Amino acid sequence: MLEVQNLIKSFDGERKKRRVREQQSANGDAQARVFAVNDVSFKVAPGELFTLLGPSGCGKSTTLRSIAGLEQPDSGVVSVGGTVLFSVGVNSAKSINVPANKRGLGMVFQSYAIWPHMTVFENVAFPLRVRSRKERPGKREIAERVQRVLETMELLQYADRHATKLSGGQQQRLALARAIVVEPSLLLLDEPLSNLDAKLRESLRFELKRLQRELGITSIYVTHDQIEALSLSSNIAVMRAGEIVQLGKPRDIYENPQNKFVAEFIGTSNFIDGTIKARNGDRYVVETPDGRLTLDAALDIAQGTEVVVSIRPEAVMLTTERPLDAVNVWEGNVTTRAFLGDAVDHVVSVGKRDVRARCLPHISHAPGTPVYMQMDPAKLALVPVD
Amino acid sequence: MTTTAPPRPTAPTPPAGPKHSEPARWRRLLPTPKFLILAVVAVVIAYLSIVPLYYLFWGTFFDASGFTFSGFERAYGNDQIFSLVGNSLLFAAGAALVSLVIGTGLAYLNVRTDVPFKALFFAASIIPLVIPGILYTIAWILLGSPDIGLINHYLEPIFGRAVIDVFSIWGMIWVEGLQLSPIVFLLMVASFRSMDPSLEESALMSGAGRWTVFRKITVPLARPAIVAAILIMVVRSLESFEVPALLGLQNGTYVFTSRIYFVLRNYPPDLSAAGALAVGLLVIAIIGVVVSNFAGRASKNFQTVTGKGFRPRPIQLGKWRPVAGVLIIGYFLLTVIAPLLVLLYTSLLKFYAPPSKDTMSNITFDNYKQLAHTSDALTALKNSLILGLSSATLVMAFMAVAAWIVVRSRIRGRKVLDGLAFMPLVVPGLVMGLALSFVYLRSPIPIYGTLFILLISYCTRYLPYGMRYSVTSMQQISNELEESALVNGASWWQTFRRVLLPLLMPGLIAGWIYILVVSFRELSSSILLYSPGNEVLSILIFEQFENGQFTVLSALGVVMVLTLVVLVTIAYKLGAKVGLKQD
Repeated sequence: MLEVQNLIKSFDGERKKRRVREQQSANGDAQARVFAVNDVSFKVAPGELFTLLGPSGCGKSTTLRSIAGLEQPDSGVVSVGGTVLFSVGVNSAKSINVPANKRGLGMVFQSYAIWPHMTVFENVAFPLRVRSRKERPGKREIAERVQRVLETMELLQYADRHATKLSGGQQQRLALARAIVVEPSLLLLDEPLSNLDAKLRESLRFELKRLQRELGITSIYVTHDQIEALSLSSNIAVMRAGEIVQLGKPRDIYENPQNKFVAEFIGTSNFIDGTIKARNGDRYVVETPDGRLTLDAALDIAQGTEVVVSIRPEAVMLTTERPLDAVNVWEGNVTTRAFLGDAVDHVVSVGKRDVRARCLPHISHAPGTPVYMQMDPAKLALVPVD
Repeated sequence: MTTTAPPRPTAPTPPAGPKHSEPARWRRLLPTPKFLILAVVAVVIAYLSIVPLYYLFWGTFFDASGFTFSGFERAYGNDQIFSLVGNSLLFAAGAALVSLVIGTGLAYLNVRTDVPFKALFFAASIIPLVIPGILYTIAWILLGSPDIGLINHYLEPIFGRAVIDVFSIWGMIWVEGLQLSPIVFLLMVASFRSMDPSLEESALMSGAGRWTVFRKITVPLARPAIVAAILIMVVRSLESFEVPALLGLQNGTYVFTSRIYFVLRNYPPDLSAAGALAVGLLVIAIIGVVVSNFAGRASKNFQTVTGKGFRPRPIQLGKWRPVAGVLIIGYFLLTVIAPLLVLLYTSLLKFYAPPSKDTMSNITFDNYKQLAHTSDALTALKNSLILGLSSATLVMAFMAVAAWIVVRSRIRGRKVLDGLAFMPLVVPGLVMGLALSFVYLRSPIPIYGTLFILLISYCTRYLPYGMRYSVTSMQQISNELEESALVNGASWWQTFRRVLLPLLMPGLIAGWIYILVVSFRELSSSILLYSPGNEVLSILIFEQFENGQFTVLSALGVVMVLTLVVLVTIAYKLGAKVGLKQD
C-alpha cells in the first residue's frame, strides 16, 4: 500500500552548510552530518495501522510530513498504492514531487487544525468543495457524504455549530471526520491524542482502533506514547535520531527488544550485564555478577559474548519462601514499596544492584523484608550490547 | 511608619491624656506623602487631558453672545464641505488600503514563506521611526514632483510627459500609504505568528491549492487583525498633517487637518471655525478608535491562539522565490533607500538640479557649514532637545506613579485615570494644538508664545505612550516583591523608590527614549503653538520648505535622521526586554 524507500532529510538550514561539510569531509576532518530523517525505509500493507514511535526529535513527524508532502525530503521514494508521489535522487529516474494538495491523503494534525471560522459541517465539506470542477460532487452528494461521516463520528447533532464550540474529544473526532470524508487511500495521524486528558485519551484510543478496523483505512500513526503504539498498531517502527531501530509487531517489540534503547523506551526494564556461559538451542545461560540467569531467545549469539539481559518488572515474582523447582531464583531485600492502585511496585536490592518488580495488588512486602525473586526464562530478553 | 494603615485590629487604646493624643490626631489630619504624591499625579493627568478639550468645545460653541453654531456655519456652511469630507475619506481610505495591501503582503511573505532577504523587512519597518513624516514627504516631493521630481526626470523622455504627480490626492494616498505600511506590517506579523500553520496545512491536505488556502483559510483567519489594521490606519491618515499640508495645500486639495491649518493661517484666524473642524475630526477619530477597540475585542473570541509555540514551517516558494526577492528589494529601494538618497544628494548641492556630471562635480558641504553657522538651526536643535528630554522625563516620572495606581492600588476610580491617560491618543495633534491655544490665549499666565506651551503639548500627547510602557513593566513585577518590602518595614515611598523604581527602570528608559524619538518628529501640534524664536527642528524644516530652501533643508534633514538613528538604536538595545512598540 505505502512504500517508503531510503528517505533522507537534513534539518532545515543544514542544506546550506552541506557544501561546507562536504569540503571538510574531503579534507578528512568531517563532522558527522546531522539528519532529521536518515535512510528510512518501510512498507505498509493495506488495512494496516502502522505506527512510527519514538521520543521527540526522532524524525517520526518529519517522516510523516514527508509522506504528506508538507515537507520535501532530500532524497528517497514515497509511493502509495503503486503511484509514486515523491522520488528524488534515485538513479535513472526523473524527480517527482506531487504537491500535498494533489496527493489525496487524509491527515489529522496534533492541534486538530479545526478552522474556527467555519461550522462543523463546513469543516468536513471543505475537502469536497475544493476539488476541481470535474471531480467535485454535487451539492446534494456533498451534504449526504458529510452527514454520513458526521453520523459515524457521532457529530451529526453539532453540524451547524461553530467548530470552536466543540469539546476536545469532539474536535478530535471532527478532525478525523474531515480527514476521511474523501475516503483517502491513506490516513496520516500526527499525535492525534496527545492534546487530550488521560481519561479521554484512553477511550478515544479504543474508538480510533474500532473505526480504523471498520473503515479499513490504511493508516500511519505517529506517537511518542508507547501504550498508544502497543495497543493500536499492527506494526510499529521504533525510531531514534532519524533512524528506524526496530520494526515489528507490538508484542514482538515489547518482548524481544533488539537493543537497550527499545527496551528502555517501550515500558520500563531492568538491565543486567553478563556473558553467555552456555547455550543449548534457544536456551541460554548468562553469567552475571549477581548470579546466573537462564532464558530463551531466538537469536544466534556465540558463547562468551557480552550481553545485556532485559527483565521487565512484571516478569519478576516476589515470594517470602523459596520457590521449589524453579530456575532463576535470586535472593534480595525489599528497599522501597509503592502502591499504584492496579499494581504494587517494589524495589529489591540484590548485591549492589536494585531490581524493580511489579506485583499484583494483593502482593505487598514491607521494606526490609528478605524476598526471593523468581524470573520466568520465557519472559527475559537478550539485548546485544550497543 | 506613617499613618496609612487601615483600622488596626488592636485592643481599644486606653483613654490617654490629652497631651499624648493631641499630636497623633494632628498628624492623622495631615495628608501622608503617599496621598500627596498620588493626588498630584492624578490631578496633573486629569488637568492635561481634560482641560484642553473642555476649552476646545467652549471656544467652538460659545462666543461673546453665548452659545452659537456660527463657527460650524463658517466651517461647513459652504459647498466646499462635500469636497472636504469626500477628500478626507478618500485620502484616509486610500492610504489605509495601500498600507494594508503592502503591509499584509510583506508580513505574509516574511512569516509564512521562505522569502529571501528577511533581514530587510525589519530594517524597513523601523523607517517611520527614523524618518520623520515631514522629511519623508519632502523626499517624495523631490522624487515625484511634476517639475523637479527625479522619477519624472528619468521617465519623462520615455513617456513624453511627467508620469507621476505627488501634488494630487493620489500622490497623497501613495506617500501616506507607504509611510503607514510598516505599521501594518508589524501588526500583521503578530497576527500571522499567532496563527497555527497546521490550519493551512490541513487545507492543503484536503486538496486545496495555495491560492484557495490563502483565500479561504488565511484571510478569514486574519480578518480580525485586518479589520483592526484598516481602522487604525484610517484614523491615522485622518490625523496626518504633514502629507496633506505639503502635498495638498498647493493645489487646493483639502482634508480636515490641512483645512484647519489653512483657516488658522488666514488673518485674522477664525478660531471657532477651526474649532468646529477640529470637533468634526475628533468625532470621526473617536468613532474609529471605538470601533477598532470593539473589533479587537470581538476578534479575541475568534482567534485560535493556543498559546503553544508553533514550529515555524515556512512555505517553500519554489520558482516564485526570486520574484518575491525582487519585490522585496524593490520595496526596500522605493521606501527606504530612494527617499534617504535623494535627501542626501540634495543636501550636497548648491542649487537643486537632477543628477548629472555637472552636479556631481559640484558637490559641496556648504549646506552643512551653513547649518553650523546659522543660529536658527542651532536654536531649533537646542529647543528640540530641551523639549524632548524634559517631556520624556516628566511623562515617565508621572506615569511610573500613575501605573502603580492603575495596576497595584485598589483606589476607586483608578480605571478612570487609565482612561484619562489614554484620551490624548485619540486627539489629533493639530486638534491638540488648537485646543491648547484656546486654553492659553485666555490664560492670564504668560505661557503662550514660550517654549513652555510646547512642553505642555508634548507631555499631553505622550501621556498614553508613557502609560503603556510603565503599565507593561509594572505588570511584570510580582506583587510579592512589593509586599515583602512592606512587611520588612519600608514605607510606601521607600518601597516605591527602592524596590519598584529600580525594577521598572528598563521599561521606563525604553519609554523615555521612545518619547524622545517621537518628540523630534512632532509637527502637527507645534505648528499651531510655536512662536518666532521658539522653533523646533521639524518647524524649521517646515519653514525652509515654505521658503523653497530645499538644499539647506535636506542637510538639516540628514542631521536629524542621523540623530534619530542613534536614538532608535539605543532604544532597540534597551527596549529588547520590554518590547519597543510602534505606536
